[in-house]
Amino acid sequence: MTQHSVSIRDLSLNFGNVKVLEHLNLDIAQGEFIVLLGPSGCGKSTLLNCIAGLLDVSDGQIFIGGRNVTWEEPKDRGIGMVFQSYALYPQMTVERNLSFGLRVAGMKKDEIDKRVARAAEILQIGPLLQRKPVELSGGQRQRVAIGRALVRDVDVFLFDEPLSNLDAKLRSDLRVEIKRLHQRLKNTMIYVTHDQIEALTLADRIAVMKNGVIQQLSDPHTIYNKPVNLYVAGFIGSPQMNMLNGTLDGTTFTTDEGIAISAANYEFTTPVSGPTKAILGVRPEHIVLGEDARSMPFTLDVEIEIVEPMGSDTLAWTKIGGHPVTFRCNSDVDIKSGQKALIGFDAGRGSIFSVETTNRL
Amino acid sequence: MSQYAQSSDAAALVSTSPPRRARRKFNVMSIVGTTPMILTAVGVFVICIIFSFIWSFTNSKLFPNFNFVGMDQYNRLWASDRWRISVGNVFLFGVCSLVANMVFGYLLAVFMDQRIKQEDLFRSIFLYPFAMSLVVTGLVWQWMFDPNLGIQSAVRQLGWTDFQFAPLTNQATAIYGVVLGGVWNGVGVTMAILLAGLRGVDAEIWKAAKIDGIPAWRTYLFIVLPMMKGALLTAFILQCTGVVRVFDIVIAMTQGGPGVATQMPAIYVIQHITDRVNVGQGMAAACTMLLPVLAVIVLQGVLQWNAKRKKEKAI
Repeated sequence: MTQHSVSIRDLSLNFGNVKVLEHLNLDIAQGEFIVLLGPSGCGKSTLLNCIAGLLDVSDGQIFIGGRNVTWEEPKDRGIGMVFQSYALYPQMTVERNLSFGLRVAGMKKDEIDKRVARAAEILQIGPLLQRKPVELSGGQRQRVAIGRALVRDVDVFLFDEPLSNLDAKLRSDLRVEIKRLHQRLKNTMIYVTHDQIEALTLADRIAVMKNGVIQQLSDPHTIYNKPVNLYVAGFIGSPQMNMLNGTLDGTTFTTDEGIAISAANYEFTTPVSGPTKAILGVRPEHIVLGEDARSMPFTLDVEIEIVEPMGSDTLAWTKIGGHPVTFRCNSDVDIKSGQKALIGFDAGRGSIFSVETTNRL
Repeated sequence: MSQYAQSSDAAALVSTSPPRRARRKFNVMSIVGTTPMILTAVGVFVICIIFSFIWSFTNSKLFPNFNFVGMDQYNRLWASDRWRISVGNVFLFGVCSLVANMVFGYLLAVFMDQRIKQEDLFRSIFLYPFAMSLVVTGLVWQWMFDPNLGIQSAVRQLGWTDFQFAPLTNQATAIYGVVLGGVWNGVGVTMAILLAGLRGVDAEIWKAAKIDGIPAWRTYLFIVLPMMKGALLTAFILQCTGVVRVFDIVIAMTQGGPGVATQMPAIYVIQHITDRVNVGQGMAAACTMLLPVLAVIVLQGVLQWNAKRKKEKAI
């Protein structure tokens, strides 16, 4: 247990009769960047608030740095937290915002000054120290909010959707900033978001959550390429994974329309006996077009319906059997709607799910 | 009001061809709708104030006349001991009741903010005095302070036979008795306004303060209170207007006595217009009372303008 920075054991939380979290377990290693990802209402923020001590848990334990902090005050847990709305104290200068908690704790002035100066240097907010929050832009405010967590000199940082209030450009700037901060400080970070790009770019491991249960906890590559169930497969990836309904018999997947697709290269996680109702999921970028398709185990002549040029690449819509399918191709490729084309893919790179259990086969 | 005017000006500048028909229709309807209120405002407030102002420069007695005597009424007003004591009294009453009202209002709001059970019930209880006429409030407190009926006699009947508590019978303490009645009456409103202000504070501020380890009382005092400037100003100005025109509660509790201990400017005005048949003097006093009200309005305007300018500068 000591090697874990944060351990959550059998955690449950009920609001009245509503079970928000149920017997949740999560171990986070020292210096790890964990992202809790899920749609709103999935319990990810609730879990973060429980770790912070802002919500009392109904059952279970929370360990931070090997210490049982389940019933400790937030300030004694060795955490810093950054909020979506920044939650800066509006009438105080940036410098006061950073130092107020330390002053209240009775820390010596030169130690406070040292910590504030260090935070200001790391976040490059030195010139802003004497300003008030209203005089700052959204990005600057969020830096100050991170600074307030930084001066606490703690091992664990909690982020509650910190970039959701920023516009797209600032969001990607600050995302890189947070990654850089993590590389420099090597703290444990727990980051809540509903944005899959943030999750995939930042995380060492992602916990995809639904209805208070962690669906899959794994590194971004595995989450993206080997989702454990239909929910994770559908939630991660934009545009969505293409889903084909059909039957799996041995290593052959047959769509409902009777198109046979070989899944000989597929690594099954569970043995399949006899014909099973199944769903084959293929990522849009795994489908190739034209000459390249000829080398693929499965090829099909299709008619292109819609073409969406997106700058860096192009999205095309077509149908396999009756199913609408999107695929991604190089933006240099010249395709037009209405055109006939050959597409192909390797089902071995896809994901096959049981219809009955929705789990990966 | 000025905000609307400005924004419509800006809109007119931006749009080269405003949709005329739609605009005219809107204007006609809004004028029809607000005509009664415009008439009332102009008739009652503007015209009456103008006449009061004019008559304050005349020697009107029982009925208003137009024999102008210059500043005579004002000179006599400020020469009058009774008036000067009234001004002193209202000043003392104002400072005491404003401070007590805001402090207790905020404390009550903080108390109500503790997720207590039966919050609605308590809010109704605290707001209830405001629904009562100040005359009723005054009478109730007069009975409470009456040595033979109220608190003093109750405590004496319990056994402390030399207990003394009759603030209204003593010249030095009578005004504090009136302050107590006034605060009791008005504190619920302050609480309601400040409670709304408290509830408007972002929940994440509270979370951040908790993580920072700031005790709840410090959060209320140093973080949340300064964030509630709007609610505080609203409550403060509401109470200020109450102070300047304080009349009925004094009449009900002390009639301005004992002696002149609780004499107030509004009583001075009414007495000169009615009992003393000296309309000119009454009007001069009334116009003088307008000055602090104007000062408060100007202060509010300046503060709002300043806040707006700061906001624009930030953007």
